[in-house]
Amino acid sequence: MIRVEHLSKRYGNRYALDDVSFEIGEGEIVGLLGANGAGKSTTMNILTGYLSATEGEVYVGGVSVLDDPTAAKRKIGYLPEQPPLYFDMTVKEYLDFVYELKGCSFPREAHLSEIMNVVKIADVRDRLIGHLSKGYRQRVGIASALVGDPPLLIFDEPTVGLDPKQIIEVRNLLRTLGKKHTVVLSTHILSEVQAVCERIVVIKEGHIVANERTEDITRRLETESRFRAKIAGATAGEIKEALRQIRDVTRVEQTGARDGESYPFTVETKSGADVRRAIFNLCVSKGWVLYGLERRGLDLEDVFVRLMDAGVEATDAKDTKKKR
Amino acid sequence: MLAIYKREMKAYFITPLGYVFLGVFLLVSGAVFCFSTFYEMTSDLTEYFSTMLFCFIILLPLLTMKLFTEEKKARTEQLLLTSPVSVFSVVFAKFLAAYTMFAGASVFSGLYFIFLSFFGNVQVGLLFGNIFAILLIGMAFIAVGVFVSAITESQLSSAILTIGILLGFVMISMLADYIPVEWLRFAISSLSVFYRYQNFAHGIFDIAALVYYLSITALFLALTVRSVDRRRWR
Repeated sequence: MIRVEHLSKRYGNRYALDDVSFEIGEGEIVGLLGANGAGKSTTMNILTGYLSATEGEVYVGGVSVLDDPTAAKRKIGYLPEQPPLYFDMTVKEYLDFVYELKGCSFPREAHLSEIMNVVKIADVRDRLIGHLSKGYRQRVGIASALVGDPPLLIFDEPTVGLDPKQIIEVRNLLRTLGKKHTVVLSTHILSEVQAVCERIVVIKEGHIVANERTEDITRRLETESRFRAKIAGATAGEIKEALRQIRDVTRVEQTGARDGESYPFTVETKSGADVRRAIFNLCVSKGWVLYGLERRGLDLEDVFVRLMDAGVEATDAKDTKKKR
Repeated sequence: MLAIYKREMKAYFITPLGYVFLGVFLLVSGAVFCFSTFYEMTSDLTEYFSTMLFCFIILLPLLTMKLFTEEKKARTEQLLLTSPVSVFSVVFAKFLAAYTMFAGASVFSGLYFIFLSFFGNVQVGLLFGNIFAILLIGMAFIAVGVFVSAITESQLSSAILTIGILLGFVMISMLADYIPVEWLRFAISSLSVFYRYQNFAHGIFDIAALVYYLSITALFLALTVRSVDRRRWR
């Protein structure tokens, strides 16, 4: 559905995107993940033809966005970061306008009513958009992307600024839409990707640092393990050293300041190893006091941070290669 | 394109802007009409039209100042530019909406002369020549305003810059009178909107002037398309 080839975007002498390539197949729900300013919105704006690219090609459904923008735009429903709404129009007037703007040929009333029911804005159809709450405005924005039933939907941070209940509603909506459409959404919220997307593309400083199926990442989360222990009875250095001696332990880190007489530690191990018994035995043999011990899986935050770090290394390596 | 035109027309009347424009336009034209004909005890209408041309410098930016600036502020240009319509049709639809407002008001104020004809002798040829000229000059002015709204960020700066450029068009002809070099004076004064207007004012249909006003309109609309497009390339 989307093919991006060696896409670069330069602002002045800063690269917002640097040689980015990826593909998104028909019917996929893909999450574009990255910190603020990583290049997510730039990518989406180029995909939708709003911005031009400095270099590279973008194909939507086989049509080049740069060569034949009008034909490509017909296939796309886009919700920008800030929904493009006219506050002085009612919801129905606005959707009528979008319908005409996109030159749709479906029976208008039936089509618009269906969309309003799907995103649950039928009850506010005659109210001014300027008087609606943020959550409703966001949904009107989603509705406008759906007008004309385009095969590709692109949503830039669709749940920002919504309350938790609305977030859940929008996520459910995205999943429903994903059954019929190809959906690309950007976010910096990890649980959102995990909840909605089949695949994750991670962008950092204009580079793609990961492009994986969500379930592969989740599997990776399960195989690595971490433990949290709170121990008292010796200095932090001594305890840390002793913990490191335990079999299968790869890394020990003090995770906070002294709490009463105990110190908190995070212990990372090789995949699958359980060192809780060993830690307990260690404390018993040394006469230390174990205040707490729990297993803590690697969460998506950790993977995210690691991918980000990996990205830095990859970029550095690339830069050195370039210099040579 | 029709969708954008319809929206712009509606926008003039759901905000006070359209009413303010029509109100001020009719007030000003009514006052100018009274002073130039009734007070002077004449049915000569050239003074009315040439005074109105100066008023357009202030009145027309009211119509054009928000056309692109508001879209930029509300980010709705993102909707227009990611829709399957060309930049030209976006620009032209907005131009056409502003022009409809202007032409409507101008033609309506032409009714004054019907009343005048009850009391005096109105030269019909001269009247139509002048109305035609005013519709052409307004077209060029509005194209300038559309362009300025595309390159500015706020309504206020858009209005002020438009007024500045339109004043420049007027000043050129005054400046030209002081230039001692014959060919240069001719070149500069032929760029002037008002120099071109003189023939129409005397009831002569001037093809060169028609071409001149249409070219200015086309030039500024093309510049608008370019500048909207260029934002994508930054």
